[in-house]
Amino acid sequence: MAAERIPLVAYLVLEPEPHLVAQKCETCGARFFDRRNGCGSCGGRSFEPAPVATAGHLRAYSIVHRAAPGVAVPFVSAIVEAADGTTVRANLVEVPADPAAIRLGMPLRLVTYPVGADSEGTECIAFGFAPAAR
Amino acid sequence: MSEETSMSDSVWILGTSMTRFGRHEGLDVVDLASEAALGALDDGGVTVYDLDALACGTLFAANAGVGQQLLGQIGQTGISVYNVANACATGATALRVAVMAIRSGEASMAMALGVEKMGKMGLLGSTPKGAGRAKVFEPSGRFGSVRSVDGILGTKTMPGVFGQAGMRYAHDHPGVGFEQFAKIAHKNHLHSVLNPLAQYRKPFSLAEIKASPMVAYPNTLLMCCPTGDGAAAAVLVSGERLSTLSTDQRRRAVKLSASVLTSDPYVEGGQVQPDVNTLTRNAADAAYEQAGVDPGDLDLVELHDCFASAELIHYDNLRLCEPGGAGDFIDSGAPCRDGAVPVNVSGGLISKGHPIGATGVANVYEIATHLRGEAGDRQIPDARVGLAHVIGLGSSCAVHILERSAA
Repeated sequence: MAAERIPLVAYLVLEPEPHLVAQKCETCGARFFDRRNGCGSCGGRSFEPAPVATAGHLRAYSIVHRAAPGVAVPFVSAIVEAADGTTVRANLVEVPADPAAIRLGMPLRLVTYPVGADSEGTECIAFGFAPAAR
Repeated sequence: MSEETSMSDSVWILGTSMTRFGRHEGLDVVDLASEAALGALDDGGVTVYDLDALACGTLFAANAGVGQQLLGQIGQTGISVYNVANACATGATALRVAVMAIRSGEASMAMALGVEKMGKMGLLGSTPKGAGRAKVFEPSGRFGSVRSVDGILGTKTMPGVFGQAGMRYAHDHPGVGFEQFAKIAHKNHLHSVLNPLAQYRKPFSLAEIKASPMVAYPNTLLMCCPTGDGAAAAVLVSGERLSTLSTDQRRRAVKLSASVLTSDPYVEGGQVQPDVNTLTRNAADAAYEQAGVDPGDLDLVELHDCFASAELIHYDNLRLCEPGGAGDFIDSGAPCRDGAVPVNVSGGLISKGHPIGATGVANVYEIATHLRGEAGDRQIPDARVGLAHVIGLGSSCAVHILERSAA
């Protein structure tokens, strides 16, 4: 039987091409990744799914050397501004955890990779951001 | 305006005290709270029987009724007790509650107390071991996650979040980076050498700060506040009641000319990286207006330097420097104790320490002590106006402006 895959978070969509989906306020257009009770920006009550651009640039980062037990360090935590203006947080991947290798403003693209499987063999798929091909 | 008129409808600090910050093995939250509370009452020349209300801020013991436990030790007078918790703004929120009690006319004298017992608590904001490990993946929570995302979708640890906040400023302002953050920690560790109540009192060279173990770039260990224990208290009084007290009490009273608490308005991106800037700017602007004070009038500032990267961005948020000029501000030495706008002459959270609930009251203790001319070796000469700022992630920001008595 073919191994199943499941996204790490509900706002990551794997098919046909991996991308993030925000809940977009139908009144003001604010975008959120979590389950919503209303809009924090305008108080609106209705939302529609909105795909988030997979291209973006590095707005800020921190190279984390101390974390909870079980979390592999160092890793690069990145704040990414997607091309459509949505802000996303994820690890910066395919880059050494070294400030000399990281440039604020560098162009990035969304990538996915497996982060373990459960007892039934379902593979968990996470997302991160990697340097965009120049 | 006569002294008599200006004293009515106003709020004053009559007495204030704090414990030393650090490790207090053998003392519990109530011991620490009692020391600060009795100290503040003695300093103000009043007793617990003079108080109309108590606001008690503590975070990790928030459900323990610490305010009532305190009165159980120093005098169960039956007054209103408000136990408050508001992340790192907990102490400042207690202060706000006491101010509101007096401004509303329901109390003429109230105590604000902040206390925390943290011990060696370690890294805040990290996920506990084993959290989110499911045998079978099933989406849960508001993000529909199937396992812990810590270290995969970035970080929510405090040094990392504030590191990112500093790097975001660096993104927009060339000339800001690791060097500037290191200079801030260097300054604050130098300042605390003069403060007998600080957790650390050891100077470190710039090279030592840069070479200390990296916690979350750009913040090295010596750029991060420690966890610790401590308490601080302030007795607040209405201008009307102050006018009935002794000449010496009136002379030492410090005017609380602005008291503001904000939360974070919506900004794009706030859901993934807390915006600690907008609510600070809003609080500062409201406080300057309330007090009728300009940033240029400030003789000293105690601001929320939980991490060196946080202090830098608040130079700009509190309008202490030219817009965008926080890098030049630290490079010029302006926030050093002999500079144009001394910032964190107590040592700040980085070096004085940050027992969470106590911090927002301890900052006000520091400012008041300078305005009274009683800060000893670390006294900023002829200080007349000061500002205290606190941020609790999530987020809350408190700004208080204090002025020396005209008497």
